[in-house]
Amino acid sequence: MSIDREEVKHIALLSRLELSEEEVDLYTGHLDGILNYVEKLKSIDVSHVEPMSHAIPMFNVLREDEIQPSLSSHEALENAPDREFPYFRVPRVTE
Amino acid sequence: MKYEPVIGLETHVELASKSKVFCRCKAEFGGQPNSYVCPVCLGLPGTLPVLNKISMEMSLIVALALHCDIPEVTIFDRKNYYYPDLPKNYQISQEYCPLARNGRLTIQLKDEREKEIGIHNIHLEEDAGKNFHSTGGKQPTTLVDLNRAGTSLLEIVSQPDLRNAEETEAFMQTVRCLLRYLEVSDCKMQEGSLRFELNISLRPCGVQEYGTKVEVKNVGSVKAVLRALDYEMARQAEILDEGGRVVQETRLWDDTRGETRPMRVKEGAKDYRYFPEPDLLPVRLEREYLDALKNRLPELRDAKCRRFIETYQIPPYDAGVLAADKTVADFFEECCRLHAAPKTFSNWIMVHILRELREDSEIGDLPITPQHLAELVRLVESDAINSNIAKKVITEMMKTGNMPADIVKEKGLEAVSDSGEIEQFVEETIAENPGPAEEFKDGKDKAMNFLLGQVMRKSRGKADPQLVQELLRQKLRG
Repeated sequence: MSIDREEVKHIALLSRLELSEEEVDLYTGHLDGILNYVEKLKSIDVSHVEPMSHAIPMFNVLREDEIQPSLSSHEALENAPDREFPYFRVPRVTE
Repeated sequence: MKYEPVIGLETHVELASKSKVFCRCKAEFGGQPNSYVCPVCLGLPGTLPVLNKISMEMSLIVALALHCDIPEVTIFDRKNYYYPDLPKNYQISQEYCPLARNGRLTIQLKDEREKEIGIHNIHLEEDAGKNFHSTGGKQPTTLVDLNRAGTSLLEIVSQPDLRNAEETEAFMQTVRCLLRYLEVSDCKMQEGSLRFELNISLRPCGVQEYGTKVEVKNVGSVKAVLRALDYEMARQAEILDEGGRVVQETRLWDDTRGETRPMRVKEGAKDYRYFPEPDLLPVRLEREYLDALKNRLPELRDAKCRRFIETYQIPPYDAGVLAADKTVADFFEECCRLHAAPKTFSNWIMVHILRELREDSEIGDLPITPQHLAELVRLVESDAINSNIAKKVITEMMKTGNMPADIVKEKGLEAVSDSGEIEQFVEETIAENPGPAEEFKDGKDKAMNFLLGQVMRKSRGKADPQLVQELLRQKLRG
């Protein structure tokens, strides 16, 4: 196995996914299959290849520092599940 | 046991770009909450970030001023975590190819010592929004304002080269001064445009290896950083003295209680899973472009200080005070351009103007301009007013912003230059105060002050004190 149940649970937590015990088993299997498949790529020697971060050979797409009108607070909050104008409201997070 | 602290600072600077770093919303402090927002900085699906040219340029200017190595290509990465002030659930930052590495900053210490502090890296990222934790209501909730989300934020990470509070403070002041000279940020700590995070570990004196490092967040001011540093040094020393081990963790500074406490973190929350941001293309940094930026770097503090001493012949102390802030230095130079009296201006600025500045306020916020000060100095030099009256005028200028000549006219403060009038005041005073007059005649110099005060009062402070003293001497001692 390339991945165990604990790691799957950890990744689920990081992704804010709530998995049942059955789902943990299911995804551990899925992810293990994917990882084993990707493992095959490791047999290729890439020591002479620069790591690639982007697929398109393009650089320097920049824009001028200009302001455009923003949304109004009303528009910004329109689709929010909860609000207390002019704020978004979410369950309490404490630091 | 005696321990040596090993300290590093992360400096977060909100850059002064007009618009945000990846969208065209206004990047400004304050404003109606959630009114400087758009689909990009709200993290709505289907939007794409586009890099602001000025944000990148300002970042590179800082990197050049800190003598960093700048790579040929710089790349943005996603830093993944969940927090309500981060609408996309990832922050666009730079982890693998930051725009600068290996820089240095020289700080000045007591007794004219200097120390070079290494800069580990500098990277450009987007700032998060702001959370407000409301306590009212049945359900405790958090309110979120995303006006700041997506603002250009530059992070300067120092090497752990600082060894005590003095060095730490000098580093913070020097960085702030540099950033203001470079005009890349207003550096207002109260508005959060300059924020520090502290890394600290202790090691027994003489030991080479580093101890376990603790990160302290939520330190809002230079003073708070120094207090947090003090607190952490004592806390860690106590643990070590008792034979315990310092836990590697992030702690929050509580300014009211004056202590740090561990940040409540869910297990593994600091697992950011950085990966290259696919929505932003790499930025190639051409040498010619960087050279052009380097040539445009302004005269910085030390160079300005030296030039002030040489050009204006003012004492090194004055030059140091004036050059500590670019806006003050510019104010001084403009005064000197209007009227050649450098030392006089230096005195007025240091004694009467700088004391009006509180933390975060600037000389440009005051109603007094170089024109005001130059006119005032001219009035004193031409004996139109004496220097005591000038102090009154400057107080009035601070309040109203009126020009000195107008204030003098309006308040009737012109010096009494008519010696006949002064002579009359002197004679009156002698007649009214025979006792002190006799004493002075008998050689008691102290009595002079009393008589002088009386004459000055009669002239409502407008007589030239020297002339008055001369007349008193003439009349009483012949």
